[in-house]
Amino acid sequence: MGPSGTGKTTLLKLIGGQLRPEKGVIRVDGLDVHRLSRKELYALRKRMGMLFQTGALLTDLSVFENVAFPYREHTKLPENMIRDLVLMKLEAVGLRTARNLMPSELSGGMARRVALARAMALDPMMIMYDEPFTGLDPITLGHIVDLIRRLNDALGLTSILVSHDVEETLSIADFAYVIAEGKVADSGTPKTLAESSNTWVRQFLEGQTDKAEQLSERAKDYLDDLMGEKRA
Amino acid sequence: MLNALQHMGHRALGMFERLGRSALFFLQVLISLPSVFLRPRLLIQEIYSVGTLSLLIIMVSGSFVGMVLGLQGYVTLAKFGAAESLGVVVALSLVRELGPVVTALLFAGRAGSALTAEIGLMKATEQLSGMEMMAVDPMKRVIAPRFLAGAFSMPLLVTTFIAVGVLGGYFVGVGLLGIDSGAYWSQIQSKVDFYDDIYNGLIKGVVFGIVVTWIAVFEGYDTVPTSEGVSRSTTRTVVNSSLAVLALDFVLTGLMFGI
Repeated sequence: MGPSGTGKTTLLKLIGGQLRPEKGVIRVDGLDVHRLSRKELYALRKRMGMLFQTGALLTDLSVFENVAFPYREHTKLPENMIRDLVLMKLEAVGLRTARNLMPSELSGGMARRVALARAMALDPMMIMYDEPFTGLDPITLGHIVDLIRRLNDALGLTSILVSHDVEETLSIADFAYVIAEGKVADSGTPKTLAESSNTWVRQFLEGQTDKAEQLSERAKDYLDDLMGEKRA
Repeated sequence: MLNALQHMGHRALGMFERLGRSALFFLQVLISLPSVFLRPRLLIQEIYSVGTLSLLIIMVSGSFVGMVLGLQGYVTLAKFGAAESLGVVVALSLVRELGPVVTALLFAGRAGSALTAEIGLMKATEQLSGMEMMAVDPMKRVIAPRFLAGAFSMPLLVTTFIAVGVLGGYFVGVGLLGIDSGAYWSQIQSKVDFYDDIYNGLIKGVVFGIVVTWIAVFEGYDTVPTSEGVSRSTTRTVVNSSLAVLALDFVLTGLMFGI
């Protein structure tokens, strides 16, 4: 967790090997992601699922074909088996009946659930969620929160979830890191985090605004700014 | 003054960097090409959207260009009493120049811009990223089939354009202006050389096809993933590929006539 712009999504992209770190090592299941050959990286990615904030569904394919996409690309399964597998994954996210819709016909929450079904297609060992709670209505939000937790438990996954929605995230997380300005500010189970000694972390978790003194300090800059005075 | 120089230098460096990136990209596409043949369905789909869907505009334009050539050629030739040679004038202009060039310009506007916009939007909506995370190489799945489809369709479109154009010239020359039908065809048959004219014209078609499609897929893949970025890339595709086609036409023509 962390405020916007602290590098949460970047972190996921680093784990997935889409970005290279300037320094440091990222290990997934014992493998150094950025030392793998292209082939090994692709093999590793088959064991990771990723849920993008926008869903990243392929817009020229129907819901069914989107979920079938990983099977068609990576397996030579017969058509009837692909059909069964796709329907099972769609049923798991409660969208079996939406299989003939196109992505443009889906609501935000539905698109995310389809993307989740697709991320699960190859039965990965872990799924990464990029801001799965953003921009959803409360009912859909509840569904997604619940779904993520249930899938995690039922499939024995490792789930890495990146979010700035404190309440939803902590309600299903086993362990959380709070990130600020590219550094880990604090970490722990939801319970221990609530009693964090770091005031900023508590402020973030409880959603308080900046303290009054900080505000007045900024106000001075603001005045300078408005008066057009150039500061050295 | 210094600022202006600096700005120019910056622009030039940026341009060369893009050129370098597009060359590397071209190599990557070439390396990914063999995988396309394992998935012929993808290729056929793309040939349909890039080639078949461009057929109508190519045929309509071809017939008009042929008809204009028929009219213009007749007026000029009649002054010298050589109106019977209209067939050669129409056929040679089309086969050597207008066929490949006009087809390439139309192709850039019709298919090239669509390719750029499609790939650019796929990038902007994280579809390419999503594929990568599903261990599917977008180079092989998205770029290579589109590139091959474009390079394959262009010579066929050029051929269609020329054929329709010759028929357009026939319609005006023979149908409206009363030239002898036998003269029109026999002049074409005796004066159009297979190697010098048709072969060279088709080479132009192949080269233009590769260049236009290369520019289109590169601009799409390299786009800034915003709506403004995609729109700029699409414009750049049409402008750059049109310029490239006209400049290359000059170079190729020079080479072919041995200058």
